[in-house]
Amino acid sequence: MRTRQAVGKAIEDAGIGKRRRMSSIARKEALAGYLAISPWLLGFLIFQLVPILAAFYVSLTEWRILTTPEFIGLRNYDKLLFEDDLFWQSIKVTVVYVIFRVPFSAMLSLALAMLMNQQLAGRRLFRTIYYLPAVIPLVAVSMMWIWIFNPDYGVLNSGLRLFGIDGPQWIFSSRWALPALIIMSLWQVGAGMVIFLAGLQGIPTHLYEAALIDGATAWQKFLRITLPMLSPVILFALVMNVIGSFQVFTQAYIMTRGGPGNATLFLVLYIYRNAFEWFHMGYASALAWLLFLVVLVISLALLRSSGRWVHYEGRIGGV
Amino acid sequence: MSALQVLNWREYRIMRTTISWPSNRYQLLSWWNKVLIHILALTGAVVFLIPFLWMISTSLKPIEKIFHYPPQWIPDPILWRNYTEALTVAPFALYFRNSVLVTTLSVVGQIASSAIVAYGFARLRFPGRDILFIVLLATMMLPWQVTMIPLFILYRNLDWINTYYPLVVPNYLGGNPFFIFLLRQFFLTLPLELDEAAKLDGCGPFRIFWQILLPLTIPGLTTVAIFSFLWNWNEFLWPLIVLNDIDTWTIPLGLNGFRDQYGTDWNHLMAASFVASLPVILIFFIFQGYFIQGIATTGAKG
Repeated sequence: MRTRQAVGKAIEDAGIGKRRRMSSIARKEALAGYLAISPWLLGFLIFQLVPILAAFYVSLTEWRILTTPEFIGLRNYDKLLFEDDLFWQSIKVTVVYVIFRVPFSAMLSLALAMLMNQQLAGRRLFRTIYYLPAVIPLVAVSMMWIWIFNPDYGVLNSGLRLFGIDGPQWIFSSRWALPALIIMSLWQVGAGMVIFLAGLQGIPTHLYEAALIDGATAWQKFLRITLPMLSPVILFALVMNVIGSFQVFTQAYIMTRGGPGNATLFLVLYIYRNAFEWFHMGYASALAWLLFLVVLVISLALLRSSGRWVHYEGRIGGV
Repeated sequence: MSALQVLNWREYRIMRTTISWPSNRYQLLSWWNKVLIHILALTGAVVFLIPFLWMISTSLKPIEKIFHYPPQWIPDPILWRNYTEALTVAPFALYFRNSVLVTTLSVVGQIASSAIVAYGFARLRFPGRDILFIVLLATMMLPWQVTMIPLFILYRNLDWINTYYPLVVPNYLGGNPFFIFLLRQFFLTLPLELDEAAKLDGCGPFRIFWQILLPLTIPGLTTVAIFSFLWNWNEFLWPLIVLNDIDTWTIPLGLNGFRDQYGTDWNHLMAASFVASLPVILIFFIFQGYFIQGIATTGAKG
């Protein structure tokens, strides 16, 4: 009896079974709990965890789908890091896209959210118009924008011509194709706008009232109240945006086929080509694992940096 | 019990409506600033609308009027038959049917599995719950493309290529972490007294879920349904990988194939693109309140 108690105490100290003597009701509840989450748990194992590990194994093989996989160690990684110019091109394209798209779309969606947070006649209608582009199928959006970017008859260059500007060749130019895709992505900032709008409306009014009494300017209010209070939402939006930007595929596949001259060869497009056009399953898996690692590292870095710039409400001190 | 339910439902509705769009009380704008923000909002709206107007205008033009500078905004003549031509030259009726089938099955699966899983995480206590929930949150950050190749191989071995199983089955197993997260937030806003009262009446956990909590989560379920519809309807990369047979194509694949074949028929291509977007636009206009709310719930708490 004493030993049983001691063991139980040890378990409790280790923090494992806090409800050491689970009552039968608690046990039933726990069972129901596992049952309730079992669809997710199963899905997580079958469709996420095992495939990720399997992808790592495949990345260590040379495998052309019809042949049997041949174990080659880290040779795929060696090849892509030190010999494959296309891999580095795809990294460059993806990183440039992320670097320009993420901050621009954050600024634009914040600006739109602040605009929508004003006393505006027809606010609902404006909100709808700004948000609509974010819900249209990306394939249809891509078709639209191919035609918008048409150098001779597209609406963009026709518009520029009104101002006497001779527009570039956009998606037909290796220099302008990537900027074109970034511009197109800014048309779809609606989702970010709504997230920021919800964040703005969560800021307590009394903070602004106090600022008003202190005679703060609009810019000071923005800098000292809006930005800090919004910073958790900004962090969330940034992380999700970075992750999403690393996964760009559809636009590049449909609008530019990765070209011209690999100017829009995004990483996921390159993975797709290796796997499903050239059937280099092992090599494509190595690429996919690098994508996984890069996204993981960047997300963690963003989350860790957040301690320095994200303001959580529990720590309100000297606003 | 039912009185309590109704009461809570009302409180809940009131709470949600008050948090959704409070007017802005902290800034009294001068007349000049008001004009300025209206001009800004209007200019922005025009810029955001131009691509749509351009698509619709092009879709109604005869082909010879398309390659024209300066561009004509109001087509003359208006060719409605572009739509019938575009939709009959490729089997869009079939694609549409396929999309409806895949999307419906997926939406049902995502709602059902997300709801029950969210209930488990929000309401039932079991060892390891918090760690598992953190794992679930972490999977939101996962670029799913890393699982693409092993899953393709799995589906190939199961003989699931050119079937809808790869697109539908995963939705019945957990669905989507965002939806689970969103519904969990919804469940957490419901008072625990509901569960306890039901427990005293002898309800088991699944009856509490089904008869008491689920009816109160209908706004959340609707939000999930709408987003699930959107994402499944718009999905491109997975169908591209697993559906090679033209007869199995969904709308996005059909649109892509249409362009490969009739690349420069811009009027037909724009007509087809508009039709592909139409269900989404309709759903959006009907349910836009839920969209905003859904994003607000997941976004603000994230």
